[in-house]
Parts: sequence; C-alpha cells; structure tokens
Amino acid sequence: MSNTSKTPLLRVEGLKKYYPVRGGVFAAKVGDVRAVDDVSFTVAPGETLGLVGESGCGKSTLGRTIMRLEEPTAGHVYFEGNDIATANKSALFQLRREIQAVFQDPYSSLNPRMTIGEIVREPLVVHKVGSKAEQIEAVRALLETVGLTGEMLDRYPHEFSGGQRQRIGVARALALGPKLVIADEPVSALDVSVRSQILNLMVRLQRERNLAYIFISHDLSVVEHISDSIAIMYLGRIVEIGPAAEVFAKPAHPYTRVLMAAIPVADPDQRRTTEPLKGEPPSPVAPPPGCPFHPRCAYAIDACRAAVPPLEPVKAGAPNLELGREHLAACIRKHEI
Amino acid sequence: MALLEIDELKVGFHTEAGLLRAVDGVSFSLEKGRTLGLVGESGCGKSVTASSILRLVPVPPGEILGGAIRFNGVDILRLPAKDLPSIRGKDVAMIFQDPMTSLNPVYTIEKQLGEVLKLRFGLDRNAARARAIGILAKVGIADPESRLTNYPHELSGGMKQRVMIAMALACEPHLLIADEPTTALDVTVQAQILNLIRALQKDTGAAVLFITHDMGVVAEMCDDVAVMYAGRIVERGDVHAIFKRSQHPYTKGLLKSLPQKGAVKKAALPTIEGVVPSLLNPPAHCRFADRCWKRKRLSDAEQKRCFSEDPKLRVHDAGLVACHFPVTAGEQP
Ligand SMILES: Nc1ncnc2c1ncn2[C@@H]1O[C@H](COP(=O)(O)OP(=O)(O)OP(=O)(O)O)[C@@H](O)[C@H]1O
Ligand code: SF4
Ligand SMILES: [Mg+2]
Repeated sequence: MSNTSKTPLLRVEGLKKYYPVRGGVFAAKVGDVRAVDDVSFTVAPGETLGLVGESGCGKSTLGRTIMRLEEPTAGHVYFEGNDIATANKSALFQLRREIQAVFQDPYSSLNPRMTIGEIVREPLVVHKVGSKAEQIEAVRALLETVGLTGEMLDRYPHEFSGGQRQRIGVARALALGPKLVIADEPVSALDVSVRSQILNLMVRLQRERNLAYIFISHDLSVVEHISDSIAIMYLGRIVEIGPAAEVFAKPAHPYTRVLMAAIPVADPDQRRTTEPLKGEPPSPVAPPPGCPFHPRCAYAIDACRAAVPPLEPVKAGAPNLELGREHLAACIRKHEI
Repeated sequence: MALLEIDELKVGFHTEAGLLRAVDGVSFSLEKGRTLGLVGESGCGKSVTASSILRLVPVPPGEILGGAIRFNGVDILRLPAKDLPSIRGKDVAMIFQDPMTSLNPVYTIEKQLGEVLKLRFGLDRNAARARAIGILAKVGIADPESRLTNYPHELSGGMKQRVMIAMALACEPHLLIADEPTTALDVTVQAQILNLIRALQKDTGAAVLFITHDMGVVAEMCDDVAVMYAGRIVERGDVHAIFKRSQHPYTKGLLKSLPQKGAVKKAALPTIEGVVPSLLNPPAHCRFADRCWKRKRLSDAEQKRCFSEDPKLRVHDAGLVACHFPVTAGEQP
C-alpha cells in the first residue's frame, strides 16, 4: 500500500450541496435536493481516488462543488491547506490553476468554433502565462504529450475522432500544470479499444507529473484498474471508502456488494447468479430517514431506519490511520454480514 | 429452417460525400429460443443490420443494396409495404436504447399498451386493461394500476425501459431485437432488465438478437456471438469459443483491451492503434489489416495477402472467421 505519511493534497470536510425545490403559486422553497450530503475524504498527491455510484447519486455535483463551479451549501474543501469553499475571487482564480477538469463527452465539451490550438491555449491566455509565442510552443508540446501532433493546431474539433477529442480535453486540462485533475466519466463515451488508450495516457501522465486524479465513473472495472482508493456514493453520501484493493476484495457495505454483483463479467463461465437488487434509487428530494439504502437493503433492521449510520472503520480496532487510507463503511451491520 | 436468416445483406446511405456502405455483406441465422449477440465498435453497422429486419432504415437516404432477410422463410426485404404491419410488433418486436423511440409522449401507458393488445389479440378495453396490469407487474413496475394513467415523461428512465419491454412482451413475439436496451441504465437496473429479457425468452421460446458494445453483457446473455467490424461480420461462434478461443485478431484485441480482474493496477492495457477505415471507400483487402497486430508478425509474403485479398467469412475450427491467418491457441496480441 502507498505511503501513509503523505499529507493530503485535497481534504474535503462535511461538504454539502443542496438545491432548493420550489413549488406552489409563489414558487416558495418546499424542500431540498440533497445532491451532496455531508461528504468527507482526502486525496494524496500523485494518487487516484475512484468515485463510483449510479446516476443521480451526486458524483458529478460533488466534482463540480469541489472546483466551486457550484457554490457549496456547507463544508470545506482544503487544497494544500487553503479552503476553496470560502476563498475570495482572486484566491479562487489562483487555486483554479491547480485543479482542472476532464469531462465525459468529448463531443460537447470542446467549443466547435475554436481550433484545437485555441482550445488548448485558452487557459494560458486566461491566466496570462507567457507570451503568445511561448503559449503556442507550450500547446505544441502538450499535444505531443497526449499523443497528437503539432500540425493539428489549426484544425477544428469535428475533424477528430472521439478518442482524439478526449486527448485534446486532457491536453487542455494539463496546460496550467495542475496538481489535481477531476475526470468525470472520461472514458464512458468511448469505444473499448479507444478507452484503453486514454486510460494508458492518464496513467502515464500521472506518473510523469505526479498528478492526482478524482476519477468519477460508474464502470467498476475501469475504476479498479486506475484507482488507489475508492469511494462509493449513494444518494448524495459516501457509503464506503478505502484502499481500492481492500474495498474490491472485501466490500463491507451491502450497497457496494450488490453493485459489484450486478456488473456482468466478460466471461461466460462467470455468469451472474445472484438475484438483482430490487427497485430503483429513491429521490434525493425526499431521501428516506436513516440509512439512505435501507429501503432496498436485504439486511435492514429497525435501527437502520432510525439514524444515518456514520462512516466507521470496517476492521474493529483498526489503527487510526489518516482519513482516506482507512477502510470505512456507513452500515451499522458491517461486522455481521 | 432457421427462424431468421440474413443472407449477404448490404445497406448503404447516400451522403454528400458519396455512398456510405454501412452494412456490406452480412450473413447470419438465428434459431428459435437462442440469443445471438451482435457486438462491435460504434459505427460498425449493428443497428442498421437490426433495423433492416423490420425495414426501419429510412429510405432515402438509406437504400437496401442487396441480400435477403428471411423470417420464417419469407423475404422481408421483398414484402410489399402494406404487409409490414403483419410483422412489426407482432412476430418481431424491437426495444431500443432510448425508450422514447417506441413510446408516444402524448398517450398514457394504458392507451399505448392497450392498443398493442387490441391489435394483436383483439381484446376489448377491459380485457386489455387487465392484461396490461399483469404485464406491467411482470416487468417489475410497482403499483401497475396507477401507472396506467401516467404519461411516459412521468416515469424514470428505468421505468420507461420497463414499459417498452412490457409492450414488446405483450405481443409475445417470436423474435425480439434488443438494440443496446440497457446502455443508458445503471448497473443494478440493467441487471433487472437482463433478467426480464431472459425470463421472457424462457416463457415464450422467442429468439433474441441482442446488440451491445458491452462484452460483459454479451458474456452473460448470449448463446452465440457475431463480431462486426466496418460493416462486416469478422467472426462468429458460440459464446465460449468467442471469449476463450477467439480466432480473429480484432476480437482477440478487443477482449484483451478490457481491464482484467486481478491484473496489476495501472499496468498498460493492450490497445488497438489506428482507426476504422472509412465506409465511403472501404479497402478491397482485409479491412482490419492496417491495425492488425497479428499481421505485423507475419512474413512479407503473408502480409501481402492481407493487403490484397479480401478474407471471406469461412468455417475454421469451432466457428466462422474472416481472416487469412486466424489466431492460434496461446497467441496473444
Ligand atoms: N442545477 C440543479 N438543479 C436541481 N437539481 C440538480 C441540479 N444539478 C443536479 N441536480 C440533482 O442532483 C442530483 C445529483 O446530480 P448529479 O448530476 O451530480 O448526479 P450524477 O451521479 O453525476 O449523475 P449521472 O451519473 O447521471 O451524471 C440529481 O438528483 C440531480 O437531479
Ligand atoms: S487477414 Fe491478415 S490483416 Fe486481416 S485480420 Fe487476418 S491477419 Fe490480420
Ligand atoms: Mg454524472
């Protein structure tokens, strides 16, 4: 396992993002969508945190709130000790150099009217890094780093395949030399053969530049491949987190277990035998009281309905390691099942 | 006689850049009670093949350039348009990735499901309603009675998908064509829908043509697999042969590029470099040749064959393969 004494690059504490739900004649606030609800974790430099969950669980909102593309409702996001959640405009502008994003859809995330050169150079222009000639030189180097060539500078996004566009997205994210890249489903829209190329690229860049990733995905096999630690989200909350190898080997939360069991394996000798989970995730507007998973959980007892179970160590009496290194699960029956 | 026989199907689209040969000589057959998986990268012709079976390819810009599609011995491609409704939604039903392809946004679920049942079985309103409730319950919709009054937009994605499957189920088709039916769904909902399709098949003995790009879903659902590449089938075989002893370098490469369970974390994954050839002007030799890892290991004379002769789909070992030099046991990309 990785070095436990590393100080975290990113420390998220009690982060919440609620959206108001309006109704009635005067569009008065009648409730909240709890898209992100009391989330805490850390990310170490040069490491990958895989963030997994089903649609609507709040993965993307969490990523956006960390970057403060959404205003947090509560909580803190410390990046090298500075709180992004409360930073003023100029401090935020500086912090944004350090954290960049790569998105799922390489088709819609690149401006179709800008050339590849302009797209990759834009962050350098916004942050006034170097002269124009230096910027163009930097863009050439970046394109080569991601496996494209400098000749592509003057061409437009529609001339490129999905995989090439995703490389362009990665080059742009790297332009300012960030320490953390938040990648939201970066390979989900790509074909299998292209997916492996982009994953290889991301791993290589991580090694070369000591990049940290928050890798958001619903694809567990991809997450297992690339992540050092993994967090499972359900209805706005992290229900399990820990070193990836441990979580995959011994999932402790019932939701993590059904999620893993639901994934078809590319091997006809390992066909799924378990009954699939019933029902669909409840609405984040009216989350059930207590454990958010209890309405669908085979192990639920009365106590599960009473209070939200805290994230606690899976191994009884585990040493008090730094948050993010420890295997935690939010289930009161984790030791029984 | 197989239930479905597709013979040298060719479908093109007239585009500004010229004739795009989307499906270029595809043949396969499907027996009653079997599930055939049709896999391949986006753009390789899976959906055009499937929609040709129901004559759903828009003409123009589309054009059937040749071949035959025999369903119970009748060539669908030569059926007069007036006879098509006797096939669509009766003997053959289709479900799509986007349920709104089959659901009408302006009618309630009861109206849509009822219409299908009236047409297919001549049921009156009350009988159709009772049957509809039963079918909705069967596809796992809670409180089906009250759902009947809903419009499609009032349902979640998973529920719309179930309603669409319910409509397909309602006709008790002999052939179900499922085009990426679970791609947009979460894995836990996907698992439910896959179970549902399996149960339907067990009950009715229907044949299923299952289109997906997810090799996990193929391994789980299919008896046989056809792998498509650039408008052609490059390999066909039973699911074990395809996954355990794939013979076409493309199939082998595709399977190898998936992250493997228990493999070294962050180790470089094998990739297939290069891009699919243009279907506007496909090469007259092997379409996979410029990307093929196997070809690169061959002698100059052998490579010349890859670049001059078009490999036909032929019987080889346990399956069919369109390659001059099929992958041998133990050979890895
Ligand atoms: N601007 C908004 N206004 C109201 N609700 C929102 C807004 N943005 C997100 N939500 C809600 O917050 C919840 C979480 O959304 P989010 O997009 O973060 O989920 P996700 O897990 O990333 O989903 P997916 O995997 O489908 O992208 C959802 O219920 C969504 O409807
Ligand atoms: S025919 Fe040659 S190039 Fe084509 S797949 Fe076979 S070995 Fe590769
Ligand atoms: Mg999302």
